[in-house]
Amino acid sequence: MLSLTRTWAVMSKEFVQLTRDRLTYAMILLLPIVQLLLFGYAINDDPRHLPTAVLVQDNGAFSRSILTAMNNSGYFDISVQARSQHELDRALERGEVQFAVIIPADFTERVVRGDAAQVLVEADATDPSATSGAVAALASLPTQALTRDLTGPLAARRPGSAPFEVVVHRRYNPEAITAYNIVPGLLGVILSMTLVMMTSQGMARERERGTMESLLSTPVRPLEVMVGKLAPYVLVGMLQAAVILVMARVLFDVPMSGGWLALILGLMLFIIGSLALGFLISTVAKTQLQAMQMSFFYMLPSILLSGFMFPFRGMPEWAQAIGVTVPVTHLLRVVRGSLLKGVGLENAGPSLFALALFVLVVGTLAMLRYRTTLD
Amino acid sequence: MSGSRKSTPLPLEGEGVGGRGGGSPLPDMAREAASSDAASPSALSRKHPASTPSQPSPLEGEGSEKVIDVRGLNKSFGALRAVKDFGIRVERGRICGFLGPNGAGKTTTLRMLCGLLTPDSGEGTVLGYDVMKQSQAIKRRVGYMTQKFSLYEDLSIEQNLTFTARVHELDRRRERVQAALDRLRLTERRAQLAGNLSGGWKQRLALAAATLHGPDLLLLDEPTAGVDPEARRTFWDEIHALAAEGMTVLVSTHYMDEAERCHEIAYVMGGRTLARGTADEVIDSSGLVTFHAEGPGADRLGRELRDRPGVEMAAAFGTVLHVSGRDRAGLEAAIAPYRQPHLNWTETRPTLEDVFIQLIHDIDAEKAKAA
Repeated sequence: MLSLTRTWAVMSKEFVQLTRDRLTYAMILLLPIVQLLLFGYAINDDPRHLPTAVLVQDNGAFSRSILTAMNNSGYFDISVQARSQHELDRALERGEVQFAVIIPADFTERVVRGDAAQVLVEADATDPSATSGAVAALASLPTQALTRDLTGPLAARRPGSAPFEVVVHRRYNPEAITAYNIVPGLLGVILSMTLVMMTSQGMARERERGTMESLLSTPVRPLEVMVGKLAPYVLVGMLQAAVILVMARVLFDVPMSGGWLALILGLMLFIIGSLALGFLISTVAKTQLQAMQMSFFYMLPSILLSGFMFPFRGMPEWAQAIGVTVPVTHLLRVVRGSLLKGVGLENAGPSLFALALFVLVVGTLAMLRYRTTLD
Repeated sequence: MSGSRKSTPLPLEGEGVGGRGGGSPLPDMAREAASSDAASPSALSRKHPASTPSQPSPLEGEGSEKVIDVRGLNKSFGALRAVKDFGIRVERGRICGFLGPNGAGKTTTLRMLCGLLTPDSGEGTVLGYDVMKQSQAIKRRVGYMTQKFSLYEDLSIEQNLTFTARVHELDRRRERVQAALDRLRLTERRAQLAGNLSGGWKQRLALAAATLHGPDLLLLDEPTAGVDPEARRTFWDEIHALAAEGMTVLVSTHYMDEAERCHEIAYVMGGRTLARGTADEVIDSSGLVTFHAEGPGADRLGRELRDRPGVEMAAAFGTVLHVSGRDRAGLEAAIAPYRQPHLNWTETRPTLEDVFIQLIHDIDAEKAKAA
């Protein structure tokens, strides 16, 4: 028999317990709000205003018109005026720009002669979805960019017979295979998911089980506890990374273009940073459940705002600003850079630096948070 | 049990002198040998350089030095003043019982003494170290056994002891752990998880872990709560053996029989020490007079007697009624009407429990007056 009084007894007790744990309560309400905001405002599958580098070797009016037309399409923001092919390549390789446009020296001459004039557009296609919209917009460029310039004797070159052609090179991932982008990205997401969650339980578990009191009554120091607690997980993280990389190669044929040094360095920094973050969470969380929730909260921007699932440049600036603080963002750049682009240590520098900074800041905070007393 | 307990530190000591104990700790060893109490477990802890105090501790002197000497300790948690102007002195080798009702601030005080909590204010020394500033140094030489079992339940008995040994940077870990296992008679069950032990065994394992590094001061927070009488007795035998070796023990408890096994007791309440001394001294200084009434219906007189002037306390223990008060004349006048033939009245010495209940009543009365 179902007794209403007994059911009510259990139910009201549950409600009281729910309100006892304020943090859990806040999380329950906060999570959907944050998710709504992120999915609703931050995510954009058709990114515009992509940074573009140009190398203009022909200073004619046609070049200016073409660049203006590209700008007006809304997809391209010309942010770098390269002076050499080398500079152009570097900007693309470092990921500073999404596109590199070359207008060759004989462009005007060829347009006038009607001799197969070409504009070369190199797209960083590591993330195919980030560039597809912009590449599609390039299709109408030849027929429209020069309409106003082609007057008088040149009117014959006007629409109908396109005066020039846009050659698009999809660099790094020519076949636009999504797996090439997603699988290396998973490295960052899987690592943070397991490492942050595992270590965040650490201190909370000691506190919940009461072993913290014994541990603190010994002479052991904060750094000793932190290093000792995290070191085993560095191994776990390295093992996970190795498994993911092997599977990426064997199952998904993800190219491995080199850049191993940057990759390994980036992974090490990322693993240590994630562990330090987990440790920091565990010094804040009072229970293992709270630690779990906080790690989950951290996973949201790591997946949504890091450029893992949705193009980083498609997000509004505020979302990019949040994304930059998340280490997954930088690991993604390092991993995609080294696997797909073969980026060396020098060009991976900014991302590696960001990761190192994260380790330093979070590690210091964790040490400051850790108390050797129960106060 | 106490016999096997006592013998253990000695072989370790002997090996330390001749063997690996050489090098930098030698001056310490010499000092130790010169001191009268060479068998003290503190010799063990000082044998490795890591636990050598950087400054000579006042403990090296003769037998009457104060291991704990603190005054005016205060600790608040938010609005709650857990400990108020607490002071205590405990001499080396003494077992000091720490008594008081729940919430009296006993655990907070013990935690302050072992460096787990920083006092808000106060002064004094623990093992010669400043209680306010040198918690790290204190931690090295104090053993603390928490009220709740706080070893790792998912580690085996041996793994727990090994962990403790490493955290204290002990030398000859294997030997020490083995010695502790032998002492506990747990050598055969060394691989068993600590979480699967019964209450009594957990307490003994916790004690072994807390004393593994040979601390000079042992703080025990209600160590025998929920343990059967026989295990409690064994436990106290071990504590006496440790004290005989020179360890100072401060133990909080609610059991009066345990209080009587202490060299001295301190009764605290509301963060204040209300009584201090040996059990006899505490009883004598209470000025309490106690009568027992035996006979049919004696135990039912308590309610009536309690309200009479001169009677401060009347409580039944089985069929015997205990009636106490500080005013002998008043008390005798109060019970005079009840001196009936079927009741047998005798004057007896008050028990510690009588005294403590008296103390609690005094405080309550004081509070009532203030309000």
